[in-house]
Amino acid sequence: MTHSHDALDPPELTPTAKAELLAALARILPKEALLHETEDLRPYECDGLSAYRRLPLAVALPERVDQVQAILRLCHERRVPVVARGAGTGLSGGALPVSQGVLLSLAKLNQILEIDPERRIARVQPGVRNLAISQAVDHLGLYYAPDPSSQIACTIGGNVAENSGGVHCLKYGLTVHNIQRLELVTIDGELLTIGTEALDAPGYDLLALMTGSEGMLGVIVEITVKLTPKPERAQVILAAFDDVVTAGAAVGAIIAHGIIPAGLEMMDKLAIQAAEDFVHAGYPREAAAILLCELDGANAEVTEQILVVRRILTECGATEARTARDDAERLRFWAGRKNAFPAVGRISPDYYCMDGTIPRKRLPDVLKGIDDLSRAYGLPVANVFHAGDGNLHPLILYDANRPGELERTEELGGKILELCVEVGGTITGEHGVGMEKIDQMCVQFRAPELSQFHAVKAAFDPDGLLNPGKAVPTLHRCAELGAMHVHHGKLPFPELERF
Amino acid sequence: MTGRDCSEALQAQVREAIADRQPLCIRGGGTKDFLGRTPQGLPLALDQHAGIVNYEPTELVVTVRAGTRLGELEQALSERGQMLAFEPPSFGPAATIGGTIACNLSGPARPYAGAARDAVLGVKLLNGKGEILRFGGEVMKNVAGYDVSRLMVGAMGTLGVLLEVSIKVLPRPEHEITLTQPGLPAAAALERLHALARQPIPITAAAYCDDELRLRLGGTESGLAAARAVIAGEPMDAGEAAAFWLGLKNHQLPFFADQRPLWRLSVPVNLAPIPLAGEWLYDWGGAQRWIHSDAAPERLFEIAGQAGGHGTAFRNAADPDQVFQPLAPGIARLHRRLKQAFDPHGLLNPGRMYADL
Repeated sequence: MTHSHDALDPPELTPTAKAELLAALARILPKEALLHETEDLRPYECDGLSAYRRLPLAVALPERVDQVQAILRLCHERRVPVVARGAGTGLSGGALPVSQGVLLSLAKLNQILEIDPERRIARVQPGVRNLAISQAVDHLGLYYAPDPSSQIACTIGGNVAENSGGVHCLKYGLTVHNIQRLELVTIDGELLTIGTEALDAPGYDLLALMTGSEGMLGVIVEITVKLTPKPERAQVILAAFDDVVTAGAAVGAIIAHGIIPAGLEMMDKLAIQAAEDFVHAGYPREAAAILLCELDGANAEVTEQILVVRRILTECGATEARTARDDAERLRFWAGRKNAFPAVGRISPDYYCMDGTIPRKRLPDVLKGIDDLSRAYGLPVANVFHAGDGNLHPLILYDANRPGELERTEELGGKILELCVEVGGTITGEHGVGMEKIDQMCVQFRAPELSQFHAVKAAFDPDGLLNPGKAVPTLHRCAELGAMHVHHGKLPFPELERF
Repeated sequence: MTGRDCSEALQAQVREAIADRQPLCIRGGGTKDFLGRTPQGLPLALDQHAGIVNYEPTELVVTVRAGTRLGELEQALSERGQMLAFEPPSFGPAATIGGTIACNLSGPARPYAGAARDAVLGVKLLNGKGEILRFGGEVMKNVAGYDVSRLMVGAMGTLGVLLEVSIKVLPRPEHEITLTQPGLPAAAALERLHALARQPIPITAAAYCDDELRLRLGGTESGLAAARAVIAGEPMDAGEAAAFWLGLKNHQLPFFADQRPLWRLSVPVNLAPIPLAGEWLYDWGGAQRWIHSDAAPERLFEIAGQAGGHGTAFRNAADPDQVFQPLAPGIARLHRRLKQAFDPHGLLNPGRMYADL
């Protein structure tokens, strides 16, 4: 895919300027922490959205916060763009390098600095993996609640930059609800503390503003996360329906009953069959839709709620409602859902993943709209849905080797996102805007709102050096549409579960 | 529900103020005039801009105009078995949701159910350029653009006039019970709270005053029975318990009658009792501590700051200029730039929060 964006391809540096920059970086970093030969840069040319690739001028791998400060000071003085990167698992191209810029990898800042069970917090560096936090506090009966499906690899720094979610958002919140304090380096190299060790902070809520800001406002070098006591018990029910509208109504009925499930997921027929063929989760292959409903809490409470939810599901027309018999079956039920993306990757040469969020009650209209669009474009769509919080992941099946099919797919994807906005939703629930959805931002926001975003950006980074060209489009640049392009089912991290 | 959409009239007033460079004092019910630095500017009345715009109980979201009275909103939610999870304080019947959100006011449930800022999903606002803008929305997950909605929460109107707010709501717990443990010294009460907080127990509020620890639990009947089996304490009469939590939330307990400056210290939850003489009231499981004190503001700011938190002269401030914890220089600079980004002429609630915002 070729998308020309001036911000990502600034005029080439003169050989002298380039040599001076590398020499200055070499004074900050040890030899092995500074990459600039093409073959060394190659692993950093893209993130999880591999359709977009660019080689940065150099990759810096600092091990200490003072090195991060020095790199940013240097880039600020020389007006060199900087793109921060964690594990590179992001799905929206947020960590795509700038061709004449420095790619700042925070992977070596990977220490858990402090665990305080009494305050239920952990102080960690940005390169710590999401799952590593929960593993480190497991023996204390605690865990870090947000669980993006790439949690085995994705870093907490990237989670903060994207405000990552997971399957337990409805009950346990997003990243923004589960962090307490950040250490931030500004573009001019100043180290700032955002938030306090208490539950709130004086002044503006900069913690919320930083969360989900996609590396546009500063570089996060330390995060204090909140830890949650592990529930006594978690249990999951699998329910089958013979049409998706009935399944959608059942979701509303559960919530109307005053129950907030820990997780509530829906899959449609195409997704069910693909997942079943792939992991043999025990899903009913003939169902038009299935719901997975996880309940957690005190043992007695879960028992009580399981009975209530089963009754609601049956009353709402479920053809079948199965409670997992043991933990192994519970994990198998989840495995089907968590592997839905790679499963779809097996039945189609390529697929394109969307990330809209909609008000749940509009689900029947949106699914009908997607179905109509799917027919009109002659491209099948499988739907995977975080039903509890309205986050929809339609997967468009296509073959990039057929001339024009990718372009049609991108157009269809754009139409689906526009449909999400039309019914009162949003173009991205959890994957971020990055490079991928920058054009759909123009559908979601009007010029004065985009201008306000630019003013916020300028308050932190007046020269526009941090992650230029991402997240917020310029006013006169709202034309092209990006895509998550997966060729022959090969994801950049094929071993990872995806949502 | 009374009220109507006054967005256009409010926009006209802000535009007029911009033309005249006339500072504005944003005003809902006027129940929080005591809070923050001294209000100044021409009043911009929001109380007529009221009414629930959209309420979808099964979507767990309500969108409401800023001038809507908090009591009316809570009544509407209650009729559908739902509530504002952050249990906002109300300092008078005229209190509005706009003022509540602008001040990020959250009640006893805050450590367990999140603050006002955690519940906000979207806003419609008027910035200092007279533009009506929408950020966020009515959905739980939304990462398109910077989180301007939450930036507005607690900004005390200095970045924009809130017109509408979309808020996540939650079902009311089926059952509630309050357990008390009298005759407990502060340090012992705190220790007990920390031990409990590490377990998956459905605590919804925890306060300590008059040597008495009170724990509120919420959930299903069986869930509460299970929790009671592992928690010591005598159950309180339901009516008395409700009155206590309401009095705590709205500052109507006898403790709050004292007319000396009332300080709020937001501190790490496990901070040992602070050696400052006076009667202390602990809320938020120990993370929010109240004291009436004539001590110098600098002293309170120092105590709170050194503990890793911050202090606020919440009521009857001795020095009207020293209300909020001073900001670190780098953070203060970002505040000034953000103010400039939203309100370039400095007309919205100038000086209400800090002198230069």
